[in-house]
Amino acid sequence: MTNDILVFAEIRDGSFKKINAELISAGLNLAEKSGGAVNVAALGGDIDAAIEDARKYPIQKVYAVKNAVLANYSTQGFADALEAVVKQAEPAIVLFGATAMGKDLSARVAARLGAALLTDCTEVDLEDGSLKVKRPVFSGKVYANVVSTNDGIKMASVRPNIYPASDQGGDPAELVDVACDLSADNIGAMVTAIESTAAGRKDVTEAEIIVAGGRSLKSEENFKILEELADVLGASVGASRAAVDAGYAPHSQQVGQTGKVVNPKLYIACGISGAIQHLVGMRTSKVIVAINKDANAPIFQHADYGIEGDLFDVVPLLTEEFKKIVEG
Amino acid sequence: MKIGVLVKNVPDTETKIKLTSDGTGIETQGVKFVMNPFDEYAVEAALQFKEKIKDDATVTVVSLGPDRVVETLRTALAMGADDAVHVWDDAFEGGDMLTNARILAKVIEKIGFDLILGGKQGIDYDAMQTCAAVAEHLGIPQVQIVIALELSEDKTALVARRRIEGGDEVVDIKLPAVVTCEKGLNEPRYASLPGIMKAKKKEIKKIGLADLDGLTADDVGSMGSTTKIVGYESLAQRPSCRMLEGEPAQQAADLVRALREESKVI
Amino acid sequence: MKLGLSDEERMVQETAREFADSEIAPVAANNDAEGRFPADIVKKLAELGFMGMLIPEKYGGAGLGNFCLVLALEEINRVCASTGVTMSVHNSLATSPIIKFGSDYLKETYLPKLATSEMLGAYALSEAEAGSDAASLKCRAVKDGDEYVVNGTKLWVTTGAHADLFIVMLRTDTEKRSKGISAFVVERDTPGFKVGKKENKLGLRGSSTTELIFEDCRLPAKNLIGEEGIGFVIAMATLDGGRIGIGTQAVGIAQACLDASVAYAKEREQFGRKIGEFQAIQWKIADMATAIEASRLMVYRAARMRDMDVPHTKEAAMAKLFASEAANRAAREAVQIHGGAGYLKDFPVERYFRDARITELYEGTSEVQRIVISRSYLQA
Repeated sequence: MTNDILVFAEIRDGSFKKINAELISAGLNLAEKSGGAVNVAALGGDIDAAIEDARKYPIQKVYAVKNAVLANYSTQGFADALEAVVKQAEPAIVLFGATAMGKDLSARVAARLGAALLTDCTEVDLEDGSLKVKRPVFSGKVYANVVSTNDGIKMASVRPNIYPASDQGGDPAELVDVACDLSADNIGAMVTAIESTAAGRKDVTEAEIIVAGGRSLKSEENFKILEELADVLGASVGASRAAVDAGYAPHSQQVGQTGKVVNPKLYIACGISGAIQHLVGMRTSKVIVAINKDANAPIFQHADYGIEGDLFDVVPLLTEEFKKIVEG
Repeated sequence: MKIGVLVKNVPDTETKIKLTSDGTGIETQGVKFVMNPFDEYAVEAALQFKEKIKDDATVTVVSLGPDRVVETLRTALAMGADDAVHVWDDAFEGGDMLTNARILAKVIEKIGFDLILGGKQGIDYDAMQTCAAVAEHLGIPQVQIVIALELSEDKTALVARRRIEGGDEVVDIKLPAVVTCEKGLNEPRYASLPGIMKAKKKEIKKIGLADLDGLTADDVGSMGSTTKIVGYESLAQRPSCRMLEGEPAQQAADLVRALREESKVI
Repeated sequence: MKLGLSDEERMVQETAREFADSEIAPVAANNDAEGRFPADIVKKLAELGFMGMLIPEKYGGAGLGNFCLVLALEEINRVCASTGVTMSVHNSLATSPIIKFGSDYLKETYLPKLATSEMLGAYALSEAEAGSDAASLKCRAVKDGDEYVVNGTKLWVTTGAHADLFIVMLRTDTEKRSKGISAFVVERDTPGFKVGKKENKLGLRGSSTTELIFEDCRLPAKNLIGEEGIGFVIAMATLDGGRIGIGTQAVGIAQACLDASVAYAKEREQFGRKIGEFQAIQWKIADMATAIEASRLMVYRAARMRDMDVPHTKEAAMAKLFASEAANRAAREAVQIHGGAGYLKDFPVERYFRDARITELYEGTSEVQRIVISRSYLQA
C-alpha cells in the first residue's frame, strides 16, 4: 500500500464535476500529512474531455477506465472498475463526493475490499495513520467525530461545498489506462435513461445560492416570485416539507430531514417558520436570510439576517435590488 | 415471491439529540424510537407488491438491533407484513454499518429472498451504507434512492426510477436485488386496528450469532468494525440574527448591501 | 393498576396520533372556520377500524376495549374536537347499546355497517323539557301490531345532520317515570322521521347538532333494543361510556392547549427574554400540565373499570367533571399565555377555547356530574 490519496471523479454527461475539484483540495491536505500524492480515478465511457480536465489539477496521476459498459453509472460496473484501479494504485485513502453516485459506490466498494468507510464528512483529516472525520449525524442535529480503526484501506465521502475547489495548474498529470474486463451481462441493474428534473437549474445540493419557500407561499403559482429572484441570482429553488406536502413544489426541491441536505453559501428562507426538520437540512449554510411575517418564527434564531414582513412584499423588492447589482 | 424488508428504529424526527455529559455518547434515556421514515416506504412498497401479485408472496421484515427494535417489527406486522425476524446478540453491540451489513447478508442468505427492500438511509447515522454492503456480500445488484418501482409481469425484473442530483435515472433491475426507497415512492399506510390485533398474535423469530454460519464474535460488533465514533460535538451557535428595520423597500436594500459588503456572498 | 401501555395499546395510540397529526391537523382550523363536517376523515378513520373500536371482530369491528378507545380519542381530540366528538358518539353512544343490549337481529343488521361507517351513528335522549332531567322525556312510542308509532321532538343530537342510524330514547309507558322509557334503533330514511334544524354553535363547528322530528313515524318492533322499560338503564349505562369519552375529549383539548402554550412560551420574547423564563408563565404551564396528568389518569381508570365490567358511574362522572373543568382552565390560560395573539383565529388556542366550553355542558353538565357523584356517597 502506498501513502497516496485516490479521488474518485464523478463524471456526468462527460464533464468533470465541481465536487471533484473540492475532493482534490481535501486530498491535497491529507497527502501532505501522509507523504503521498493525490491521484484521480476517472471511470466512464466517452470521458476524454473529463480526463483532460482532470489532468490539469495539481495531482500526480489520472487512472482511467474507459469502457462503453460504463457509459451510464451502474453500481456493479463502477465497483469492478474502481476495484481494478485500487488494486493497481494501492492508495491509502479513497475519497468520494457525498452524492447519489459517491455514496452508492463507496459502500459497495468498501464492503468488497473490507475498507473503513466514513460517509458524508464535513471535515477529513489524518492522525496517526487513522482517518479522522467530522460528520453530521441524526440529520444534522449533532456532529460525530469518527476515526478509522483498521490497518488497511480507508474511504470517505465528503459533502459538497465544504472544501474550496482546487485550482488547476502545473504540469499535466500522468495518464494511466487501467485494464479491466467488464461485461454488461454481469451487471444486474442498468440505467436505460436519465431524465433531468431541474429545468436548467442546479440541484439544491449543488447550488451556491438557494431561495426557499414554505407553505405560506400558498400555491404552486406563487413559487414564481421565488423563481424570479432565483433567476437573478443564478440560484436554485428549495422548499420546506410543508410546501412539498401541499403540492406547491416537487420533492426534488425539498430541503430537510426527509428531503435534501444543502450547504450553500447563501440560503434565503421565505415564509419558512423553521421547524427542526427543515433546519437540519440547511443550517450549515454559510449565510442564512429569513423573511417571515411572524417575528417569533424559530427560523430567525438560526438566521444571520432577518426581515419581519410579508414575503409577497419583500421578495419582489429584493429581486429588483439584486437586479441593480447584477446589471450595474 | 419472497420479499424481505430491512427496517431499523431511530429517534423520532422531533427528538432533540442530547449528548451524554462527557460528550462521547448520545443520551437515549427518554428518547422515543420509531421506524426509520425511509423504511416505511420500503414496507409499503413490499405490501403493495404483495397485494398486486396475489399469489403466495410473503413480506418478511428484518431488523438488527437491541430489544427496542421489536416495537418497530410489530408496527411493520400491524401494517401487514407476514412475519418478522429480530437479529440480535450481545456480540453485535457497537458494530458499524459495514459490520452489521455482513450479519444481515448472512441472515438474508439463510432465509432466501427474491427482493430486498430498505430505506435509502437511517435518519440516525445517515450513512447509506448498509443496504449497498448487503448487496455486495450477496453478489446481487443494488439500486438506491428509488422514487418509483414497477415489477415485471414474470416477476423476475424491476424498473426503478432513482433520484440523482438534478434528475432521475431509469434503471432496469434483474432479481434478486436490493432496492432502497426514497420519499415520494408511495404513501405508507397506517397500521390498522385489525392489523394491530393480528400482529399481536404473530411470533417474532430471533436470530443470534450462533445461528449464523461462518461468523465469529471477532467479525461482528465493535470487534469486527473498522470505524469508531470517538465523540460528538454540538453545532456551533450562529451569532444572533440581525433584523433589518424600516419599510420593505428599505429592508430589501439594506439586506442586499449587507450580503454584498459584510458577508460578501454575492 | 397497570401504568404502562401494552404493545397493542401503544400501537393504537401511535396510529391515532400519526393519523391525527398528518390527516386531521392540517384541515382542522379550516373545517372549524367553514363549519364543514369532516366526512372524508370519518371515512378514513373507519378504514383503519376507528369507527368500530368496540364492535366485536365477528361483526367486522376491531374488538378492542374502552381503554384503547380512550387512547385513540385523546389523540383525535387533541387536533380536532369536532372530529373527536363524531368518533366518540359513534363508538360509545351509537354502537355500544346495540353491542350490550341489542338482539342478534340488531347486531347482525347494524354492527357491520356501523363498523365500516357505512352507517354513521348518533344518539338522541334530550328534549325541550328533558335536559338534565332526562327521565322526564315525553317523546312517545305507542305499540301498534309489530310496529311502534312515534311522535315528538328530540334536541341536541350530535352528528344529527349526517348520521344514518339513531339510538333514540322514547316513552312507551306514561304511567311510569324512568321505567317507562325504551330504546330504539331508528334509520334515517324511516317514513315520518326527519332531521330538523341545525344549531349554530360557539364551538365544535365541524360537527352538526340538530333536532329530530317524529310525526306518526312507524318503527318496526324489532328495532326495540332489549325490552320495553329498560331504556333508561340503557341510557345511563351508555352515558357512563359517553362521559368517559367527553372526559377524554377534554384531556385532548387540554393537551393541545398545553402544547401550544409551551411552544409559544419558548418562542415569544418580551423584555428581552423568552416569556417561558417568567415565573408567571412557568406556573401556568405547571398547573396546566399537572391537571392534565390527573385528568388523564382519571379517564384511564374509568375506562379500565368499564372494560372490567365493574360499576363505574361515579368514576366516569368524576373523570368527566374534573377533566372538563381542567380543560376550560387550560384553554383560558392558553389564551392568556398567548396574550392578544390568543384572541385571534391565526392561533389554534382560540378554537380550543371555544371547543373546550362544551365539555362542561354535554353528556350531563358539571352540576349533573356533581349530583351523580354526591349521590353515590349520600345515598349509598
